[in-house]
Amino acid sequence: MRGALEIRDMHVRFGKATILQGVSLSVGEKPVSVIGRNGMGKTTMCSALMGMVPASGSAKLDGKELLGLGTGKVARAGMAIVPQGRRVFPSLSVHEHLLLVAQRGNPPWTIERVYDTFPRLAERRRNGGNQLSGGEQQMLAISRALLMNPRLVIMDEPSEGLAPVIVDHLIEVLRTIAQEGMGLLLIEQNLRVATSVADEVSIMVTGRIAATVGSAELARDRELQNRYLGVSHGH
Amino acid sequence: MGFAGRAEEENVSLQFILTVTLNGLTLASLYFIVASGFSLIFGLMRTVNMAHGSLYMVGAYVGFAVYDPLYASDVWASHAWLIGIAAGILAAALVGLFMQVALLGWMQGQELRQALVTIGLSIIIADQLLALFGGNPFRFFTPELLFGPTELPVIGRYPIFRLFQVVLAVAVGIGLWLLLNKTKLGIVVRAGVDDRQMLAACGVNVPLVAATVFALGAGLAGLGGVIGATAQPMALGVDARFLLMSLVVVIVGGMGSIGGTALGALLIGLAEQWGQVLFPTYSVILTFVIMATVLAVWPQGLLGRKPT
Repeated sequence: MRGALEIRDMHVRFGKATILQGVSLSVGEKPVSVIGRNGMGKTTMCSALMGMVPASGSAKLDGKELLGLGTGKVARAGMAIVPQGRRVFPSLSVHEHLLLVAQRGNPPWTIERVYDTFPRLAERRRNGGNQLSGGEQQMLAISRALLMNPRLVIMDEPSEGLAPVIVDHLIEVLRTIAQEGMGLLLIEQNLRVATSVADEVSIMVTGRIAATVGSAELARDRELQNRYLGVSHGH
Repeated sequence: MGFAGRAEEENVSLQFILTVTLNGLTLASLYFIVASGFSLIFGLMRTVNMAHGSLYMVGAYVGFAVYDPLYASDVWASHAWLIGIAAGILAAALVGLFMQVALLGWMQGQELRQALVTIGLSIIIADQLLALFGGNPFRFFTPELLFGPTELPVIGRYPIFRLFQVVLAVAVGIGLWLLLNKTKLGIVVRAGVDDRQMLAACGVNVPLVAATVFALGAGLAGLGGVIGATAQPMALGVDARFLLMSLVVVIVGGMGSIGGTALGALLIGLAEQWGQVLFPTYSVILTFVIMATVLAVWPQGLLGRKPT
């Protein structure tokens, strides 16, 4: 059930601006983290893979071409997304979010397991999506994606806005789902999350994958971190 | 009448006030049934369906075409009205389904284009109904069970069918509330109102949901058509009136909110009846004064949600 994602030469253009200029990336047996500064095209890559913005090139999930399918069909092909901004549904309660995507039968992720994993959501099950804190929305967005039991899940900065202790919990959850065989493409600004979950980290610079480095190496090398993630301004 | 102790004049005026108010309420009931379909379609698809009044007419005309021969026959006469309602709902729902699947679904998100296409459709539908059924006004006979007046306190004799309109509107309102809040389809529809793209990313077949909701909204217009044509004679031209009314009701109440539609229908129904009593010459203006006031003070409508 693990999905193998092959992205080849993916381009995204908005009018005259080219946001993605030939992204190539493989996500297979192991989770892959992608890091990069703001505005480098990470979120656009996620949206393009999910069919939310038009893209050219190729992105195949287990051999099936995703680009041009449309969001609904991409999702039914086995992709799920935890999008930037969480995009939980304000009019739906926590429990209704889970009912919306929960599957019949005996899948790895069930509503009970979500509540076990995130007890906070169980406490808030009757609250509306617009009544949740940022961290709770984040947990809900993650749960919503996991409950689809996808072959591969794209997570766009799942640690954003989470308290440090919850970030530790998140890292544990991400490791677990990767071990259980769900493909994981993790977009992060938080270096600790990126390097704890994946063995290799790809670095995105101006719409391309500029380099792929080992997590251990990146965690050690301050100079490397500054070059790709440093918040230097004015160039 | 049991109010012998009161001054006759006072009794008459109280009776008058209550009667006009009840008239407004029954009119509001019809408006709610029709406008709730309009609001449902707009809420999920952001489609301003300018052919909604035409769907109302389709319901009435096709319903009558099925009803009329049945009513004339001896065997089916007692069920003719119910069968007419079913036919009216079905016909409007099918036309709505065709509109969404064959035409509007291809231009999702292009509101102006959709508005123009539905205006074109409303012209075509009106002419086709004229060609098929002719221009003579017609009216369903009120079914026996709902025929005639009943005695109400203070008001006195009042047509049963008008009271039935209120009951039906309440039933439609409760039905829609249950559908939206207690079913899986309701969860899907509310999620789609919030964020269609994210709903698709959850693996939901959004075009299928859109077609279902469009058929449902159109079916409500068809139901309204048969009810309306039982309460008053039906003739060509009512499509524009009911489209305009639907627009005003949902603008006042708040787009895409069932509670808002109920409130808007109530306000507009009462305003029309009281306007005709208080200043007959300018009563039409009152509706639009209410709309303009609401737009100036609550641009989202009285119960509408602010866009996020």
